[in-house]
Amino acid sequence: MTGDKQQGRQETAAPAIELRGISKAFGPVQANRNISLRVARGTIHGIVGENGAGKSTLMSILFGFYKADAGEILIDGQPTPIPDSQAAIAAGIGMVFQHFKLVENFTVLENIILGAEGGGLLRPSLARARETLVELAREYELEVDPDAVIEDLSVGHQQRVEILKALYRSADILILDEPTGVLTPSEADHLFRILRNLRNQGKTIILITHKLREIMDVTDTVSVMRKGEMTATIATSDTSPTHLAELMVGRKVLLRVDKKPARPGETVLEVEDLRLRDENGVERIKGISFSLRAGEILGVAGVAGNGQSELLDVLGGISPAQGRIRLKGRDIPLSGRRANGLARRKQGIAHVPEDRQRLGLIMDFMAWENTCFGYHDDPRYNRGALMMDNGAILRDCAGKMERFDIRPPNPRLPAQNFSGGNQQKIVLAREIERNPEVLLVGQPTRGVDIGAIEFIHQRIVELRDSGKAILLVSVELEEILSLSDRVVVMFDGRIMGERITAETDERELGLLMAGVSGEAA
Amino acid sequence: MDKMPRWADVFLVPFINLILAFVASGLVVLAIGENPFRAIWIMISGALGSTSGIGYTLYYATNYMFTGLAVAFAFHARLFNIGGEGQATIAGVGAALVLLAFDWPYWWLALPFAIIGAAAFGGAWAFIPAYLQAKRGSHVVITTIMFNFIGAALMGYLLNGIMKNPDTQNAETVAFPAGTHLPTMHEMLAPLGISFSRSAPVNVSFFLALGAAWLVWFVLWRTRLGYQIRAFGHSETAARYAGIDAVRITIIAMVISGALAGLLAINVVMGEQGRLIKEFVEGAGFVGIAVALMGRSHPFGIVLASLLFGMLTQGGFELMWDMPTVSREMVLVIQALIILFTGALDNMVRDPVERLFLKLRKGKS
Repeated sequence: MTGDKQQGRQETAAPAIELRGISKAFGPVQANRNISLRVARGTIHGIVGENGAGKSTLMSILFGFYKADAGEILIDGQPTPIPDSQAAIAAGIGMVFQHFKLVENFTVLENIILGAEGGGLLRPSLARARETLVELAREYELEVDPDAVIEDLSVGHQQRVEILKALYRSADILILDEPTGVLTPSEADHLFRILRNLRNQGKTIILITHKLREIMDVTDTVSVMRKGEMTATIATSDTSPTHLAELMVGRKVLLRVDKKPARPGETVLEVEDLRLRDENGVERIKGISFSLRAGEILGVAGVAGNGQSELLDVLGGISPAQGRIRLKGRDIPLSGRRANGLARRKQGIAHVPEDRQRLGLIMDFMAWENTCFGYHDDPRYNRGALMMDNGAILRDCAGKMERFDIRPPNPRLPAQNFSGGNQQKIVLAREIERNPEVLLVGQPTRGVDIGAIEFIHQRIVELRDSGKAILLVSVELEEILSLSDRVVVMFDGRIMGERITAETDERELGLLMAGVSGEAA
Repeated sequence: MDKMPRWADVFLVPFINLILAFVASGLVVLAIGENPFRAIWIMISGALGSTSGIGYTLYYATNYMFTGLAVAFAFHARLFNIGGEGQATIAGVGAALVLLAFDWPYWWLALPFAIIGAAAFGGAWAFIPAYLQAKRGSHVVITTIMFNFIGAALMGYLLNGIMKNPDTQNAETVAFPAGTHLPTMHEMLAPLGISFSRSAPVNVSFFLALGAAWLVWFVLWRTRLGYQIRAFGHSETAARYAGIDAVRITIIAMVISGALAGLLAINVVMGEQGRLIKEFVEGAGFVGIAVALMGRSHPFGIVLASLLFGMLTQGGFELMWDMPTVSREMVLVIQALIILFTGALDNMVRDPVERLFLKLRKGKS
């Protein structure tokens, strides 16, 4: 009897998505606890929270990957059960995952119609998709070559394909899970432009991230999750990064690193005319030289893919290269059998790699097997010439877990069962406690929650204060500015300029990162 | 945490797999008009019902332990060694050369040298594919399969040529010196007053196989080499970061794998045949893949899986004998079904069982 009235109200005010009392447990772990959320149509809604706060679980429930233990989902005011992803797509929900789900050797067009072929023959649906694609590209700045093969595209373009895929299935609600984790700053900016365009056309966007700057930049409202619960939903204009960080962690956090001025000593590492070609013969490092002194942190800034990763690999002994490096005046071999990670560590160069899951850890190994990784021929971990002293390694690991506050403090847990921050602490504990002459650190806080970021930064600064040299590679300019004493900026395999951190700013470094040379800036 | 208890993982799931395999095999037996329960009874009693049956079961199990350990060892370095068949074949040549070289007075004197001969030849046959993989990137699966054929051809050439016994028509060597005869289970148990079938070929190599299983466990989980092999197997990129030499690990893991497969020759050539014959490996190299799969690449699991496959082999022969309608191919079908259910379809059972355990646990808490 009140049906008409309700209908009328829904037309105007019903939120695009409403979640009521969603709960989900995995065994003893309560991933989501009684979560309620309303997202208004035509807005960008951010969801922030530390790793393991339950953001991804919640979105997986919304997209039909998991079934909630309790609660209901309303789309445009209508209760909509979502048992699987087909139902989610039918309800107008599209999802862009952190790890893309594209067929690498298919073209863009083929990927877009995949699962929505609409008939036994491909030709008509491909033609239809091509038309739609051109339209979408014009409307939202989503230009992609429809005939390009996915594996030839940059990560940023691959992501656009994922968005196009969702839009092709006429999604009105778009969920993006950590979309900028793999993007360069300019690609990220472009993505945000796309998102704003989509919003202005009436689409609803949910953005999951743990980067507070992005939330501030692009969202209209923001919800904070902590330990499986939704702790706050606020208009973005009413909040600040510090406030959000506090809500996420549940206590006050230092976003700026608390450190004394550096007291640089003698030169420890000298790099001269370093050059590296990759297996395709492309020159990745084009003759760079710099030096690193004891008791300082040298930041290497730059947009991802300008040779910083390769620089770490060369210094860490993973890739052979040409040129010259000297450690405390002694030449270090850059190629041949004696240029490997094991030898570098013995010479005093420790390496916390950018990609801890692929390089720094064996994910299937237990924590204790990982805390001797790379130092497995140290007599401390060996018994006799051939055997490992498992007891000693276990005890050593337990000590490291205590000193670095690694949770849970169980040496027998496989590395993959630790959160990102705790995985990073395992690597850091292993490399820092060796007290190396030079510590190479790549993206120390990528995918790490805020509480752990603070701890990791403090440890790096402590190592500096004990008179060691640190080379810090990070694509987060904020991290470079707050942590390092001196900065070099890399662009296209070269060093564009060097600055004292205290005497420069984000704008100047940003110009260098974009390849505008120091003199012109 | 969110896993099922270890005993369920190690025992319950394989047991359910086995039951399902028997049900499927029973349907096949039913389809050819025989009584499946009688067939199962014949297989079980044939494998375990007499000391002769047990003796044959253990003899086959010994072979499968060696080849299963070989596959598993390489697999820990993420290398799929399909070449156990060829490596064991060539190892037979190594063992035969050692055993024919002297008039060995005692078996215990001959055994260590025969082991060295077999392991060295088996290892060498694995070295070539390993080298090609490590240095040239030729995939080890392809090359080891090729080397099975090359090994068989080489064996035929040798046994029809320089190694042939001129006094017979058969492609085989002369008999080994009498002093190289390995004690059989019958001979070992007789002094203890236990009677064991005189005809069963199981011999002292069975204990060699158990020793090899222990040694594989020790090397993989207690030595630095094993640590490096496992690290390399889990993540090649991380191994490179740590400075583990990929070429060295690939070659060492494959050579040890080939040597393990080669030890099969001790059981068959030295223990059973007393001379080198063609095709003595009889597919054990391939069964080893299934054994390693079912044993989850762990030496303890491999010993258990080997015993099971030993029973299947021996029971299968008895079945052929007692049920004329069951052909050799039918026995192969039954064995293949068991491999299918225990190896390939493992997750079909594992996932529901895991979910059941989680549900039970949630009900309790």
